[in-house]
Amino acid sequence: MTAYILKRVAIGIVTLVFASIVIFAVLEVMPGDPARLMLGINASADSVETLRRQMGLDQPLIVRYLHWAGGMLTGDFGKSFTYSSPVRDLIIERGVVSLPLALIALFLSAVIGIPIGVFSASRRGKAADTAVMGVAQLGVAIPNFWFALLLIYVFAVWLRLVPAGGFPGWSTGIWAGLKGLILPAVALALPQAAILARVTRSALLEVLGEDYIRTARAKGLPRRRVLLHHALRNGMIPVMTILGLQFAFLLAGTIIIENVFYLPGLGRLVYQAITQRDLIVVEGIIMVLVASVVFINLLVDLSYPLVDPRLRHAR
Amino acid sequence: MSLLEIEKLSLDIGGVPILRGVDLSIGAGEIMGLVGESGSGKSMTALTVMQLLPVGARASGRVTFDGIDILSAPEQAMCRLRGDDIGMVFQEPMTALNPVKTIGEQVAEGIRWHTGANRADAEARARTMLDRVGLPEAKFPLSRYPHELSGGQRQRVVIAIACALKPKLLVADEPTTALDVVLQKQILELLRGLVDEDRMGLLLISHDLAVVADMSDRVTVMRHGEVMEEGETARTLSEQMHPYTRQLAQASMHVPARRGGDIPGHSAPLLEVSSIIKDYPGRRASLLRRQEPFRAVDEVSFSVESGQSVALVGRSGCGKSTLARMILALDRPTGGDIRLLGQSLAGKSEAALRPSRRNMQVVFQDPYGSFDPRHKVEKLVGEPLHLLEKQPGAKERREMIAAALAEVGLSPSDMEKYPHEFSGGQRQRISIARAVITRPKLIVADEPVSALDVSIRAQILDLFADLNQKLGVAYIFITHDLTVARAITDDVMVMHEGRIVERGRTGDILDHPQSEAAQALVAAAPDLNRAIARRLEMQGRQAGL
Repeated sequence: MTAYILKRVAIGIVTLVFASIVIFAVLEVMPGDPARLMLGINASADSVETLRRQMGLDQPLIVRYLHWAGGMLTGDFGKSFTYSSPVRDLIIERGVVSLPLALIALFLSAVIGIPIGVFSASRRGKAADTAVMGVAQLGVAIPNFWFALLLIYVFAVWLRLVPAGGFPGWSTGIWAGLKGLILPAVALALPQAAILARVTRSALLEVLGEDYIRTARAKGLPRRRVLLHHALRNGMIPVMTILGLQFAFLLAGTIIIENVFYLPGLGRLVYQAITQRDLIVVEGIIMVLVASVVFINLLVDLSYPLVDPRLRHAR
Repeated sequence: MSLLEIEKLSLDIGGVPILRGVDLSIGAGEIMGLVGESGSGKSMTALTVMQLLPVGARASGRVTFDGIDILSAPEQAMCRLRGDDIGMVFQEPMTALNPVKTIGEQVAEGIRWHTGANRADAEARARTMLDRVGLPEAKFPLSRYPHELSGGQRQRVVIAIACALKPKLLVADEPTTALDVVLQKQILELLRGLVDEDRMGLLLISHDLAVVADMSDRVTVMRHGEVMEEGETARTLSEQMHPYTRQLAQASMHVPARRGGDIPGHSAPLLEVSSIIKDYPGRRASLLRRQEPFRAVDEVSFSVESGQSVALVGRSGCGKSTLARMILALDRPTGGDIRLLGQSLAGKSEAALRPSRRNMQVVFQDPYGSFDPRHKVEKLVGEPLHLLEKQPGAKERREMIAAALAEVGLSPSDMEKYPHEFSGGQRQRISIARAVITRPKLIVADEPVSALDVSIRAQILDLFADLNQKLGVAYIFITHDLTVARAITDDVMVMHEGRIVERGRTGDILDHPQSEAAQALVAAAPDLNRAIARRLEMQGRQAGL
């Protein structure tokens, strides 16, 4: 078990190192000189050169990489050219919006999607199953930004229950903050919940065909109990895998939704930083996103043995 | 009145008739054997009694259990019966238990559900039941998971679940088919003990006449969803009044006509295995320490002459399949050497192995799982042709495939078909055609007939004997079924815990086994004639009293 945990952690660290190399390399070979961009088209070659030296852009790639990666280990993500503040502060400031948003959306996706999948599997082939899966199909197909607009229209413009956009900040109170996040979270979660419902349903149906389900039925357990006590836990492995992947999507895929709701989150920050060639910000945010995805998937990997005892002795 | 009374039971699934007017009855404390080939409706009869039929099944007729009309009983009433008054044991113990629950939970669950006992009481009863089926607490605490148990042990857990509440009727659907003969004997004895002690009725479903003859008081023979014959076991099976019963009995004891295993000339042996070893690394006990490696094959040496047919018999887990994989160069030995026609196989690259691969082919147990369902027979049978020195042209290739199909009794026009269009026996013929197409000198056959019905098995054994004669190919038959060994081999090697403990002429070893392992195998092997004789003798003694 310890070996399993250490191996997973080691894989996570190696992934992070590789990710940092790829992120750094890709962004460095992208066209567009940040120094020139900052000074404008009319700047003289001399001043551009001076700025490049100040920013360390004249150093060899490997030195700049080591400097950047080493800095991150000590929590120093560098300084943004455009915001002229430390990248770390920017990420924290925006992260307190994006991270709760992703977590709320993930939670909603799970509590909506899994029960629907279980319900649908328990009524396989019946009208209720067909109807629910039809709706889920629709949920997968509808783009979330369109759905977001619909939500704004109904809940903000029409019913006036929540603000239409913007984020008041956590300093105004947790409830006010949550009110600002609830619509975007729903908009993000519903398509994910639809996917999760389908995955849960098919995982359960596969398990329901197993021999041990028949053994459980032969014990005299009613269908419902067999489904909840025998099938569900066995069907959870693929569902957990999908949940891990969904978190990655929810965290990194918020750019559009944050724009629709005008939220000051990481997605908007990275979008702005890309358009302004603020590479150090882009690199820092992507590294943080990669790290959180690696972390969540590590959690998922470590929870497999809790669900399936056969994995407790693995490797 | 009987405990279970089935009258004129008919069943169709999605409009396809499965059972036609089945009659069957079992009394308390009675063992009813239900025999028949696959597709005869044995399992469906059992599932009707349990009301666990697949979706779309419609049953008519009458099924009465202990005065309750099963066919019209509501689901709630069936839930009360299942696991309490009627228990069921299934064929495949490896998959019959929930992998994520402990054996204690799984046995206690039914007890709690039916009796409303609290956890501690239910677990205490589960403990008693597991002790009774031969899983003592010291080695098998309630906290064990199914994957920590072997197939035979898992089947004991399934029996414990089924019998935990002392059911009046136990339905056992091929309970020992997936187990080796020694385990089979143990499980059958366990079932018989439970029947005797609890006066339980037992519906024992099997394709194996010998098992049924050994176990049951009465026997019902089914074919194509109909009952062919029903009666007292010894009389039914010894007199064989019904032609189908006779046909089954003869097929199950069929011995192909073979020219006595004279080995032509004493030239160099075809296959020479010398001191071969296979170790599997031990499970990691902690970060730095591994357990001792597991020695699956331990210094095995033997040789096979060309044209000779040798059986490799032993219990499951004795290392026979590992040994076969090394002979086929699918696994690398840890030590020792294997020579085919004087060529060493150990440590050679795939390219260097080619000429040897041409000379040895394999036939696997499962004719359903060993073909790619998307390939036509032409491609499947022609696959080993890439091993040939000189690649045949397209026309020549088709001719070779047609010839191979003809050799195994299939038509050359079958080339255009897909595997699902064939029955199990025909598929096994296709695997044999694939094996003989490169004209190998040696065929390794891993349980080649154990998935087949007795009449099909007889035909396939004939085919093996015929090819042995015609092509002079040598066989290594891996089997746990001694009747197969007796039918088709000259020599028997008995394997036990990674070693070959005995080798000799087939008849000698099966009649006079010397080693303990061989004696255990022979004693446990079901034998139709012996079982009938024993029953008749028992009845004679009772009549004389």
